[in-house]
Amino acid sequence: MDLNFTKADQEFRDEVREFIAENFSSENNAGQNIEKYHEVTSDQMKEGILSWHKTLYKKGWIAPHWPVEYGGVDWSITQRYIWDQECANAGTTPLIPFGLTMLGPVIIAFGNDHQKDWVLKGILSGDDWWCQGYSEPGAGSDLASLRTKAERNGDHYIVNGHKIWTTLAQYADWMFCLVRTSNEGKPQEGISFLLIDMNTPGIEVKPIITIDGGHEVNEVFLEDVKVPVENLVGEENMGWTIAKFLLGNERTGIAGVARSKKAIDKLKDIANSELNNGEPLMKDSSFNKKITELEVDLTALEYTELRTLAKESQGQGPGVESSILKIKGTEIQQKISELTLEAIGNYASPYITPLSVRNFGSNYLEVGPEHTQGVAQNYFGMRKTSIYGGSNEIQRNIIAKMVLGL
Amino acid sequence: MDFSFSEEQTLLRNTIQSFIQDNYDFDKRREIIQSEEGMSKDNWSQLAELGLLGVPFSENDGGLNFGSVETMIVAEEFGKGLVVEPYIQTVVTCGGFLRRASESQRQEHLPSLISGDEIWAFAYAEPQGRFNLADIKVSVSKKGDDYTLNGDKCVVSGAPWAQKLIVSARTSGDQSDKKGISLFIVDKASDGVSTRDYKTVDGSMASEVSFENVKLDGSSLIGEEGDSYALIELVADETIAALCAEAIGAMSVLNETTVEYCKTRKQFGQPIGKFQVLQHRMVDMFMQYEQSVSMTYMVNLKLEEEDVERSKAASGAKVQICNAAKFIGQSAVQLHGGMGMTDELNVGHYFKRLSMIETQLGNADHHLKKYSLAS
Repeated sequence: MDLNFTKADQEFRDEVREFIAENFSSENNAGQNIEKYHEVTSDQMKEGILSWHKTLYKKGWIAPHWPVEYGGVDWSITQRYIWDQECANAGTTPLIPFGLTMLGPVIIAFGNDHQKDWVLKGILSGDDWWCQGYSEPGAGSDLASLRTKAERNGDHYIVNGHKIWTTLAQYADWMFCLVRTSNEGKPQEGISFLLIDMNTPGIEVKPIITIDGGHEVNEVFLEDVKVPVENLVGEENMGWTIAKFLLGNERTGIAGVARSKKAIDKLKDIANSELNNGEPLMKDSSFNKKITELEVDLTALEYTELRTLAKESQGQGPGVESSILKIKGTEIQQKISELTLEAIGNYASPYITPLSVRNFGSNYLEVGPEHTQGVAQNYFGMRKTSIYGGSNEIQRNIIAKMVLGL
Repeated sequence: MDFSFSEEQTLLRNTIQSFIQDNYDFDKRREIIQSEEGMSKDNWSQLAELGLLGVPFSENDGGLNFGSVETMIVAEEFGKGLVVEPYIQTVVTCGGFLRRASESQRQEHLPSLISGDEIWAFAYAEPQGRFNLADIKVSVSKKGDDYTLNGDKCVVSGAPWAQKLIVSARTSGDQSDKKGISLFIVDKASDGVSTRDYKTVDGSMASEVSFENVKLDGSSLIGEEGDSYALIELVADETIAALCAEAIGAMSVLNETTVEYCKTRKQFGQPIGKFQVLQHRMVDMFMQYEQSVSMTYMVNLKLEEEDVERSKAASGAKVQICNAAKFIGQSAVQLHGGMGMTDELNVGHYFKRLSMIETQLGNADHHLKKYSLAS
C-alpha cells in the first residue's frame, strides 16, 4: 500500500496541467456560459460543447481509457486519475460521454471491423455526436421490458417505437438503440443493439423541458425507420449482454470526485462571502459542520474510488463497486447543490435561465451577486442524478443481491 | 382541547376550494405565470369579491374580523392550488402591519387593499442581512416632520405587482441594533424609488428595490419611530404561520400525487408501490406531513401568546416545515422518476414552491438557533 504519487506521476501532472492551462479557455465554452446562451444558435452551442473535445483530439488525448490501437492513450490508471483531477480543477467542459465512454468500448468489444473503423473514427474526431436510445415510457428501471420493435425486412430493419430521456438528442447525428427483435423467452433474450442514423426519415425528436428550465432531454419517436442490417452490433438478440457491458462502463468517472471537490471549494468561497449576522456564513458553526461532514464523506468516496481503480489496474474487472460509486457520488453532488442553495439565502429565488432570458430579455440577468446565478436551477437539476443511470434504489438492489447475496 | 373546524370555517374552506377548482387548474396557472404580468388581476378581483382580502381586518376597518385559523385555512388551500397571487404578502404581512397602524392610516389604506385595488409588499431583506430582520442598512434621515429614505432592499416578494411598499429602515443605531428600526409606507410611484423586477423560481415575482432620497412625511411612519422591531418580529411570525399553512397544503398534494403514481406506475410486472423500499419512503413522507400539520396548528393557535412563547412556536414550526418541505419535495420527485423532473408535471412546481418556503423568513438553521436562544 502506498498513497503517494511517484516522481513520474508528478511530472505527468505538471505536463497535463500546463497543457490544460495553455489550451483550455472558458471563453469559447458557450454551453457553460449562460449570458451568451440566449444569443447563440443550436449549431454554435454544439460547436462550443465540442471545442474542448476537438482540442484533445488533435493532441491525441481524447480517449485515455481506450486501447492504444484504437486511438486510446498509453496512460496508467493513476495517470488517468490525475488527468480527470486536473480537468476538474481547471473546470474544463465535460466531454459528452455517449460516444467516448459508452459506445466506444462496446464497439471495441463487440463491433465488426467495418464498425470499428467508421464508428470509432467519428467518435474520436467528434464528427459524430451519439445519443443513447435506452429508456422508454414503460421501460425505465425495468429496462428489459422495452418495446421499441425492429422487424427484419430484407437487408433492413424497420424500427417502430418511442424512446424517452434521450440526453442531447437534439444535437445527435446517431443513436445507439436497444430494440426488441424477439418476443420469445425472457424479455432480456429478445433485445438487439442497433446504430441508427438520426437523419433517417421517420425520426422525430421532441424536447422535454425539465424543472430547472433546461432542455437537455428529449423524446425520440421512431416510425417505420429503415436501418441497414449492417448497423446491428454483435448478434441479433444479444443486445442485453451489450447493454449490461455498456452500463458497467458508464461508471467511469461516475463518482465525480474531482468535480465535487471543486464544487465544495466553490461552496466554501460562497460561504465565506455570504454574511450571517455580520460574520461570514462559513463561521456559522452549524453550516460549517455540514460542509465539513460533506468533505469527509467525499474523502471516503475518493479512497473507495481509488481502491476500485487500483483493483482494475491489477486486471480485476469492475464489480458492484460501481454501484457504490454511483450512489455515494450522486448523493454527494446533490448535497453540495443543496448546501450551495442554502448558502445564498434570499437570492435562492431569482429565476435566471436561458429560457427566461430568451422570453423576458437580458434585463433578467445579474440579479444578486454573481455566485448566486443558477444555484437554485442547479439544485433542482441535480435531483435527476439519483434517478438516471439506474436509480439509486436499483443500485441498492444490485448491491443487496450481488454482494450481500440477499 | 379541540382541533376541529367550525361550520363557518369549513364553509370558508369550501369557498376557496371551489375558487381554485374554477380558476386555478394547472394549465391556467401555467398561463398566468408565463404571462408578462405574472399574476391574474382578474383572480385578485375575485378574491376581493369573495371577501378574502379582508380576512384578518376588523369589521370597523371593513374586514371579516377572522382570526389566525381562518388565515391558516386560506393559506393551506392556496398552497394546494399553488396560487401565485400575493395574498400572504399583501393581506397577512402588510395587512398585519396596517391593522396595527393608526386610525387615520387604516382609513387611508385599508379600503383600497380590501377592495383589491392596491397590492402591497414588505421590503425587509437586504443583501448583507441574510435572515436577520434587524440587519438593516437602509437609512432614514429626519428634518422637521419629514423623512428622507436611502438604500437598497433585495428580493422583495410580490413587489412588481405592488403599488405600496412597507419598508423597514434605520432611523438610529448601528447596523444590527434592534433599537432604531422604523417602518414606513412608501408609494412605489414616488420619486427616487426604482425597481428591478424579475420572475422567481417558484413562479412568482420579486424586485430589487432602491431608494434614492425618497421624501416621506410623518403620515407614512407606522408605529413609534425607532421602536418597530418587536412589531416586525410579530408580523414575521404571523407570516411564518401562514407560510407553514401554505406548505402543508402543497405537501398534501405532493403526497397524494406520489401515492397515486406509485399505485399506477408498473415496472417489473407490478405497481412500484408494492416495493417495500418505496412504501417506507412514502410512509416517512406521510409522517413528515402529519408532524407539519401539527406544528402548523400549534403556531397558528399560539400567535396571540406573549413574545417569547409565540416566537418559539413560530421558529419550531418553521424548522419542522423546512425539513419536511425538503424531504417531501425531494422524495416526490425521486418516486416519480424521470417524470418528476419534467416541467410538464405539477410535481416539480410544488417541489420548487416548497424549496422557496424553506428560505422565506429564515431557513431551518436560522430558526433552530432562534428557538434554542429563546428557550
